Amino acid sequence: MADQKASTSIEAVESGLAAQGYIASRQIATAVYLSQQIEKPILVEGPAGVGKTELAKAIAAWRGMKMIRLQCYEGLDEAKALYEWKYAKQLLYTQILKDKLGEVLGGAQTLHAALDQLHDFGDVFFSKEFVEPRPLLQALEQPGGCVLLIDEIDKSDAEFESLLLEILSDFQVTIPELGTVSAITPPTVILTSNSERDLGDALKRRCLHLHIGFPEQRLEERIVESRVPGISQTLRRQMVGFIHEIRTLDLKKLPSVSETIDWARALVLLQSGELDTDIVKDTLNVLLKYEADIEAAAPHVTTFIAKAARSNVFG
Amino acid sequence: MRENLHRFFRAARGAGVHVSPAESIDAMRAVAQVGFSDRGILRDALLLTLAKSQDEKLALGDCFDLFFRQPEPRQERPKTNDNDTPPAGRQPPSPGTTNDAGGGPPTDGLGPLAQMLLSQDRNAIAAAIASAASAASLSDIRYSTQRGIFSSRILDAMGIQRLRDDLDELTAANPSLAERLRTALEGLREAVRDTVSQGLALYAREEAENLRNEILRNAPLARIEPRQVEEMRALIRKIARRLRERYCKPRKRQRRGHLDVRRTLRRNAAWGGVPFLTAWKRKHRDRPKIVALCDVSGSVARVSDFFLLLIHSLHEVVDDVRSFAFSSHLIEVSDILESNSPEAAMAEIMSKVGFGSSDYGSSLDDFEHEFMSTLTPQTTVIVLGDARSNNLDPRADILRRISERSKRLVWLNPEGRMVWGFGDSEMPRYATFCSVARQCATAQQLERAVSDIVASYQ
Repeated sequence: MADQKASTSIEAVESGLAAQGYIASRQIATAVYLSQQIEKPILVEGPAGVGKTELAKAIAAWRGMKMIRLQCYEGLDEAKALYEWKYAKQLLYTQILKDKLGEVLGGAQTLHAALDQLHDFGDVFFSKEFVEPRPLLQALEQPGGCVLLIDEIDKSDAEFESLLLEILSDFQVTIPELGTVSAITPPTVILTSNSERDLGDALKRRCLHLHIGFPEQRLEERIVESRVPGISQTLRRQMVGFIHEIRTLDLKKLPSVSETIDWARALVLLQSGELDTDIVKDTLNVLLKYEADIEAAAPHVTTFIAKAARSNVFG
Repeated sequence: MRENLHRFFRAARGAGVHVSPAESIDAMRAVAQVGFSDRGILRDALLLTLAKSQDEKLALGDCFDLFFRQPEPRQERPKTNDNDTPPAGRQPPSPGTTNDAGGGPPTDGLGPLAQMLLSQDRNAIAAAIASAASAASLSDIRYSTQRGIFSSRILDAMGIQRLRDDLDELTAANPSLAERLRTALEGLREAVRDTVSQGLALYAREEAENLRNEILRNAPLARIEPRQVEEMRALIRKIARRLRERYCKPRKRQRRGHLDVRRTLRRNAAWGGVPFLTAWKRKHRDRPKIVALCDVSGSVARVSDFFLLLIHSLHEVVDDVRSFAFSSHLIEVSDILESNSPEAAMAEIMSKVGFGSSDYGSSLDDFEHEFMSTLTPQTTVIVLGDARSNNLDPRADILRRISERSKRLVWLNPEGRMVWGFGDSEMPRYATFCSVARQCATAQQLERAVSDIVASYQ
């Protein structure tokens, strides 16, 4: 039955990503699977450091495809994202071909005939050879398909979104002088956003909307397990439990998965077998990025460690 | 299955999730891929395709749970058919199921509904209710007042008329059976009522919300009840967002004017003056500047509260806003509003200058002495207040000077034109120096007023 196949394929996505060290929740796996099946980009939102960009990398590694990354920023425009004419090359060629030009035009008797010939000539200069493909066009031109990561789309201007619409819905771009370039193999498109500004409805409607929040405790433990192999199970449980406690505080920047992994690595390096107050206080700066946050968290450290240890016993 | 999904889309719209036809097509395609068998995956797929923000995801998730909590006869009944049956089964019960589950006394000569009730086959009854509900198009229910109508429509569709006849006959022939049937009927009514309530929860939210918003929009701001304040805040924020959307876009589009020949030539000097890169003249435009003076004395405090909230939610359109609050003397409140949450800011402002008796004269005097220099020929000054100065000197001369220094002077008065000039209202004297003086007592009027002000800068 179709249903049967579907669920196994979602599992296939899950295990495929896991093989690349990306432990995906079922929602993420479903999103990746669906984006494949109905050929839609995925818009990934969520706090910084929960693995939005990592997801694109993992998909690319899993499928053995090239990843093309477009980092968005304020002022990003068509010329930098899509394509540009190689002006200098065009100019250089006209200079070099000046004599040829004379030859070609020399044959013409009247101004009119010369103009006609010049028209044919002009098309030569606005041809594929003189187009400098930028990430978006490159992505469409990959014969074997690719993963196109449009990172931090919320940092770009609103106009840039409109530019993306054609690519996202039909996987093609229109270059006025050349016509429409369609994708050979539709790329897998991942857009990421930190919700710095609200994205347009037109953009959202073309994408699957995936929200990656902080993972559940079990999932995070599995992530740590896959990323930091040397860590003992007790320590892993304790530290993940501790981080979950920290996330309940009202902080400027909550520690996310990337911080969890960093911390786990630090703890392994320091060869600590389990959490204790001293070691946590010494390494709190790995987890929290603001002085104010560290100060806010410091008084809770002992209770949180105790809580994490207790949940350990019962969990 | 298709029918069921469509009803879910309607329910989703009811929950405030915008589902366009194109989105519903996407969702159908997604569902076709994942199938109906795994509820969790189905939920994920719908959430991914339909919801466009985290809030929508939450709303849609709730809606999904509510929707698929409806009776599910299919799960418990033996599978008789291979095709995809919707999770909430809609097909009428097959005659076979009614009889083999029963084992009750002989029920010959009774109508199908009576037989079903007596056989106490819960699944069959649930399925019958569900199919009757869709026959009565329960998904059209909009208001809680329609409960009765829909209940009786569903009961009619299930054949309650025949059941009544049966009851009449049985009362004479077999009183004990009649008694059982009556009890069963009570249970049925209850079940139908529940179904209707659930339908109401699913499908009526949007309409109810629209209605509530409409009422709220036209309700006098000054007389908002405490429990509505939060809703009003949300509405004001929505208005601000709409204004922002409307006025942010054209501003950028109109930037480009004619070709700037001089700058183009200079830029392309490297290519011998061949204009590869073009430069455009920028149209000169005024940057919006708004200075808001808000009366926060007791009588109009609530209105200015919302007004300040709107002005500050708008700061993405209006680069330069400075807000002042006064009742008997005037202070600048821009920083307070920007650095605090709306609630905290309002509380702080009120504690500093609020609730006093208003003295327009001395407040205007304060403004002239300290902040007159903030006014430029591009500034729009908005005064919000009822112009009731407790018979103190209104100092209309200061207002004249303010008006002369600024681009426009707009007075928004929460009182109606009818009462301007009566009692201690100094409105007619002030109004002569205002470019615009209008009533502003509801959210809608507030929206129009601010919209006009921002529009004048486009």
